[in-house]
Amino acid sequence: MKPRLDGRRAALAAALLALALVPAVADEFYVVLFTKILVLGIFAMSLDLLVGYTGLPSLGHAAYFGAAAYAAMVLAPESAPANLLLTLPASVLVAALLALATGALAVRTAGMYFIMVTLAFGQMAYFAVHDSPYLGGSDGKLLFARPVVAFGGAAILDFAEPQVYYLLVLACLAGSYGILRAVVQSPFGRVIQGIRVNEARMQALGYATYRYKLASFAIGGAFAGLAGYLAAYQAEYVNPKLLGWQESGLALVMVILGGVGTLHGAVLGSAAIVLLQEFFSELTSHWMLLLGLFIVGSVIWLPHGIVGIRAWARRARTR
Amino acid sequence: MDISFYVIQALNGIQYGFLLFLVASGLTLVFGVMGIINLAHGSFFMMGAYLALWLARHTGSLFSALPIALLFATAVAFLAERLAFRHLYRRRHLDHVLLTYGFILIFNELQRILWGNDVHSVPAPDLLAGSIPLTATQSYPVYRIFISIVCLGVAFGLAVAIRSTRFGMAIRAGVVNREMVEALGIDTNKLFAAVFCLGAGLAAFAGMIAAPVEAVYPGIGETFLIVSFVVVVIGGIGSLRGAFVGAMAIGLADAFGKALMPQFAGIGIYAVMAALLLWRPQGLFGEKQA
Repeated sequence: MKPRLDGRRAALAAALLALALVPAVADEFYVVLFTKILVLGIFAMSLDLLVGYTGLPSLGHAAYFGAAAYAAMVLAPESAPANLLLTLPASVLVAALLALATGALAVRTAGMYFIMVTLAFGQMAYFAVHDSPYLGGSDGKLLFARPVVAFGGAAILDFAEPQVYYLLVLACLAGSYGILRAVVQSPFGRVIQGIRVNEARMQALGYATYRYKLASFAIGGAFAGLAGYLAAYQAEYVNPKLLGWQESGLALVMVILGGVGTLHGAVLGSAAIVLLQEFFSELTSHWMLLLGLFIVGSVIWLPHGIVGIRAWARRARTR
Repeated sequence: MDISFYVIQALNGIQYGFLLFLVASGLTLVFGVMGIINLAHGSFFMMGAYLALWLARHTGSLFSALPIALLFATAVAFLAERLAFRHLYRRRHLDHVLLTYGFILIFNELQRILWGNDVHSVPAPDLLAGSIPLTATQSYPVYRIFISIVCLGVAFGLAVAIRSTRFGMAIRAGVVNREMVEALGIDTNKLFAAVFCLGAGLAAFAGMIAAPVEAVYPGIGETFLIVSFVVVVIGGIGSLRGAFVGAMAIGLADAFGKALMPQFAGIGIYAVMAALLLWRPQGLFGEKQA
């Protein structure tokens, strides 16, 4: 057990180091592309906590992603950069509170009901933003500039450069991974995984499963919010599509494609989808058709996602 | 606001509710019998609407377009079930979501390739293009009443078929206990294909007759799909009666919501759903923990 764990640590450290070197070796185009992968990677990881560990297949997760993006927009000054140290925690808090409020209702349901209820709440959030002239309606709104880290009125770190912003996103991804990994390995994490396998048994053991599910839902919402904040400032633009069900669906596709219940699989899924989108859109303007065919094919032939490819290849060899 | 205002809103709500019922009944049957969550169900609605648009232009009449489009949509559903869905019956709900999400992307892009991004309108058939005067200034289009009557007929036929045919009996049994149906010697392979085609056919039919009152636009499938989800959640999975009550509740809530509180029109129906879930998490007619 121990050497395997160390091997995994080493692989993780190597992956992080390689990612940190991207701005040093690659064009700005790739830096921006990788920023997108990492932002959606955080988003997909936050969903994996719900889907893969707690057994809550949410189809409305983009509501929290988008809520934090809009919070970032509302909190940003009209014509000056916002202070990251204030607006980032505040935006994450908005997402977490929204997840707590909607989750309080949603986690009362299970299975297919849960999928549909989260979808409905996601659409509710979408229309709330879409129909609000104050938030920019269907057009969305521009953000003035990337945020800065400021202490006592003096900006000490500026994220206007895409390379610097990339490193911020990478640090957030590493931090999120570390925290989520710690969460799923904690006693709390054991309980939510127990709920996924057999909720009735956990109840019989005396756990108030509702509270655990709700807490997990809110944590997932908070990290989706972190990703949403970063996404808003990457594009320096927010629009209602950030909360739409397509966004939720795509995150779910990333999680399932990467491999459910692994955390790092979610990041791989995000990379696969973003790179495929890029690759297919080079080929044809009808890239969604190719992506759809790819998804249909992969779900039929690749039931355990990207992280399952190794086991799949091993089986194929021995056959 | 006089009485005719309420009459018009009620008629609109009922007509919208009937369309929702046709879409939601297929959704709830496919859920109930096959255990499949089909996000691509709305795509069949969209397919119906666009086929109605295209065939009505070529054949000159919506009525002659109806059977061709219905046959085509059912054939597509049959192919999708045989080639893809069949492999996933024993898999997790998550895989169903993934598969059907992929199908949505495919269907939406095909729609864009064939018909583009424009919003189209389909004229009502000449025979039904008129209006019935209600008061001196207000009237009500005949076509909307026609939709309600046709849907009522379909709903009635569906209810009779489910209640008193052998096929209907297998469906009802499948909702209660799928394994038992298999054990009793009913070929679930055929049953599933039939239920899937029935559901898709109902959705496509709804799309076709809805085309003249709803504009035909990209994304129309998802709009109806998501509202149908709300209907199914309210009614309870697998319950046709639930789907009917839910569809009428949402149809009326939507019509009166838009007319009386337009600023909350978008979120109104979701608020209705949230309120109901507080009271009954398994829906009105659902079994506990479906």
